[in-house]
Amino acid sequence: MKHTLQQVFSSPRFVVGFSIFMFIVLTVIIYPLFVRADPLEIIGEGTFFEPGVYVSVYDSIGSSPYTLKLDDAAANRIAGKLGDEERLAMQEWLVAYGIPENEIDIQDTEKLLDQWVNNYDPTEKIEGMTNAERRYFQRLDESLKGVLATEGVTIAVENTETGTLEEVDSVEQTDYVNISQVPNVRVLPLGTDNFGRDVLTELVSATGTSLKIGLVAGLVATTIGLILGLLAGYIGGLVDDVIMFVTNIFTVIPTFVLLILVTFSVGQEYRGAMTIAVLIGLTSWVWTTRAVRAQVISLRNRDHVNLSKLSGHSTTRIILLSILPFIASYVVMALILQISTAILAEAGLSILGLGPRTTEVPTLGLMMNWAMIYSAHLMGRWWAYFPVLLVIALIAFSLNLMNTGLDQVFNPALRE
Amino acid sequence: MPDERKIILRTSGLTKVFGFGRNKTLAVDHVDIDIYESEVVSIVGESGSGKTTFAKMLLGLLKPTEGEIYFQGKLRDIGSRKKRKEYWKNIQAIFQDPYSSYNTFQKIDAVLLDCIRMRGDGKLPYEKKVELMAEACSFVNLKFEELTNKYPFELSGGQMQRLMIARIFLLKPKILVADEPTSMIDACSRATILDFLMQLRDEIGMTIIFITHDIGLAYYVSDSVHIMERGKFVESGTADEVILHPKGAYTQRLISDVPKIYEEWDLSTVEYSS
Amino acid sequence: MENVILEVNDLTTKYITRYDEDIYAVDHVSLKVEETKSLGIAGESGCGKSTLALSLMGYYFPPLHYTEGEIIIDRRNISGMDPDEIRKSILGREIAYIPQSAMNALNPTRKIINFIEDVIQAHDMYVNKKEIYERASGLFETLGLPAEVLQKYPVELSGGMKQRTVIAISVILFPKVLIADEPSSALDVTSQKMVIKMLKQLLETGFISSLIFITHELPLLYNVTDDIMVMYAGQIVEQANAKEAVFDPLHPYAKGLMGSIIVPESGLRDVKLTSIPGVPPNLKNPPSGCQFAERCKYVRPVCKAMSIDLRDLVDGRAYRCIIPEDELRDLYQKEADQNAR
Repeated sequence: MKHTLQQVFSSPRFVVGFSIFMFIVLTVIIYPLFVRADPLEIIGEGTFFEPGVYVSVYDSIGSSPYTLKLDDAAANRIAGKLGDEERLAMQEWLVAYGIPENEIDIQDTEKLLDQWVNNYDPTEKIEGMTNAERRYFQRLDESLKGVLATEGVTIAVENTETGTLEEVDSVEQTDYVNISQVPNVRVLPLGTDNFGRDVLTELVSATGTSLKIGLVAGLVATTIGLILGLLAGYIGGLVDDVIMFVTNIFTVIPTFVLLILVTFSVGQEYRGAMTIAVLIGLTSWVWTTRAVRAQVISLRNRDHVNLSKLSGHSTTRIILLSILPFIASYVVMALILQISTAILAEAGLSILGLGPRTTEVPTLGLMMNWAMIYSAHLMGRWWAYFPVLLVIALIAFSLNLMNTGLDQVFNPALRE
Repeated sequence: MPDERKIILRTSGLTKVFGFGRNKTLAVDHVDIDIYESEVVSIVGESGSGKTTFAKMLLGLLKPTEGEIYFQGKLRDIGSRKKRKEYWKNIQAIFQDPYSSYNTFQKIDAVLLDCIRMRGDGKLPYEKKVELMAEACSFVNLKFEELTNKYPFELSGGQMQRLMIARIFLLKPKILVADEPTSMIDACSRATILDFLMQLRDEIGMTIIFITHDIGLAYYVSDSVHIMERGKFVESGTADEVILHPKGAYTQRLISDVPKIYEEWDLSTVEYSS
Repeated sequence: MENVILEVNDLTTKYITRYDEDIYAVDHVSLKVEETKSLGIAGESGCGKSTLALSLMGYYFPPLHYTEGEIIIDRRNISGMDPDEIRKSILGREIAYIPQSAMNALNPTRKIINFIEDVIQAHDMYVNKKEIYERASGLFETLGLPAEVLQKYPVELSGGMKQRTVIAISVILFPKVLIADEPSSALDVTSQKMVIKMLKQLLETGFISSLIFITHELPLLYNVTDDIMVMYAGQIVEQANAKEAVFDPLHPYAKGLMGSIIVPESGLRDVKLTSIPGVPPNLKNPPSGCQFAERCKYVRPVCKAMSIDLRDLVDGRAYRCIIPEDELRDLYQKEADQNAR
């Protein structure tokens, strides 16, 4: 046993696959210890917030400011408001207004702003301009107000009794706050999804759920496959015929279609994560049964099995001691494959909307489902679906890599 | 002159058919055999002659399609598991490949302990069991202290086959079926294996049935020889009769095809065929 | 003395395991084979005879490595030659090798004639297919194989037929030396006889100039080869002509080996078969002194102290033991007398 483990862990493919998989598992376990947030908690009002660090503006006002004089502060401020697109738009308006083009230099911010401020008139009717374009220039004008100003802003609070605004604080352009001193900062490395949930926390929780579903489904399928395969292969005769008959029925019906029909008929209320897991397991045992049966048939005529019989061992004992250990490596590999397939099956079901109830736990497939329904991919909101895809792919990849590594260990003929 | 020896095993019309319809193969074709107590019998045949199938039926590992087997004069009944266990106290086997005779996941002690249990001595204290196992090992010139707690792959082929004989020593069955027991053993160690088996025959009167393709081996050890071709016995008799004075054409050809060293080996009678 | 076709001097080759251990599977082996003669190499599993066969071709690939020694085929020294050169000009032409279970090397999806075409074309011989077919069917007919075999697939042939086909193909370039490693072990006795007859015919008709036959079955060697060489733990322990080797062996291991021969001939039932206790040494840690000492009945203290050389006698006979030949014969006679009682 020890020797086998040594061999297994010296196979490079197994080690790589195992490391990736363990990394994912450890993340799922450790992350919630540090980030105690409910994955389904809706924190964003609005859809698909971009990834970034979200700082509470209110609290940053209240924090003690630090004065930093940075040379590029003003330029950064202007660049934030006046990108190339905006400059070109301004030039367009000014030209349409009548200012000769060669007098406009879009790179000279000061002069451009000057020309704009002196000439822009929201009521001016320019030929060929649509309403939408007019509103665009109005908004542009609004946002430019104060961009060159160097004064700070004043914060005032409404006095509830008198209704007047009383000055509370003022903020200079050179005031900076240290984020770590601001009480409410939320890092959203993956932004929010369509509901406004933190995608990263949701993803970690979903991975955990999917892994659990995969494990349960894989165990169910492998156990059924193992028992049926052992009985059919070793006992043979009528038992074999019956089991093979049932297996053939399940082979002819496409498993995924069967899965869809079953989950659909189970109904919305009963579709918990574990129910789905068991259902996936109950529909995917066919391949394992066949494989185990074939192995057992080739083993049952071996000399040591015959010798076991001659020593008066019972059938159960022979199956457990003389047959099972010889197929153990095979069964482990089958289990890994079943887990991988089950995770993909759950993802597939959830994308179709037949997965576990959406109100309880997120799963990888559900996250994909939501991203698709709310057209994240069309709007370029990559953080809502791409990380999920990556995790699904990594799980399947690492499990299959582990399997290939194991295959090479147990079957020396495949070694390079 | 009436044969006063007792018949321990007898078959009548024993037949085994595999498959059905167009794929039917007649592996064993209505074979009758009388085996006497303490006799050494060899069943000689080339591969595909059906000798292993026949042996498995004698052992009760394969169900015959037709025919009867009589053990100690009575029709053999191995219908229930209990009756099978009783039968296997009287008949055991040694197989050709010592490596595949063992469960590679179990220590070799398990093999011997199983025998002790089968004898009915399962309740003995452990020290007593160790005594029995050591005695069995020393019979085949193995030291139990060196082998205990080892796994099969740690032993050599010769040691493993000898341990199989130690197993027989513990069980002391009335009949032993030896299926090519020396074909995978080095020539230098063959005589040892054969000697142990003969010793058991001399000490406890064990009947030995050799299944082999090696006609020289059959001649060396057996009292009587049966030549098997395509499921049928084509010649039977004492070793001298069958091998030194073969009557059937198949037997004659079989013997002339084996290289000789004392007599001249005639290569000229070879006809080329595919 | 006739023309020496194959001369080997002190050939030593080793396996290097993945743990960087050296295993000397062939240890200073020297032999000579004359034209029209055959040499048999006997020994049990692990004695190095198959490795010797591989080593004789001069074609080494890891984990087998050449250490020292010469191989001279028809006065041409091939040891140390470039592997590519060996493949092109030596293999198949000067020396041909039939490995164990060679019949399994036939590609099941191609006909026999295609295989022969490949062999001939691989030796840079630009012959067209018609000529190849004529040459092949001529060879096959002479050797007693029907020409229809050429158009068949391997699966359509029996084991014996396949083996004979492979042997016929291996001599298609008329090599000087043919090495056959257990050519008949996997076959039934009738096919075995046919293979043996074919090998003898190849030698008698001059298709090959010499034959090296490797097997653990001594009765075969006695009937096929002129000389017999017994190997143990990578070394030659006995070398003699066939009759002497089988009926008057000198080395204790050879004596034990000959004593364990079983043949279906009269008188054999009364002879006591010998057997040698113990197992061959592990070549990873070979013992000092004589390799056979730990199993030898006649061992003396000096046997374990120093390595034993081959002792040459007249007529090319040799054995590797410290005990002089007369003393050995005396010891054997005493033992035979004891057993008779």
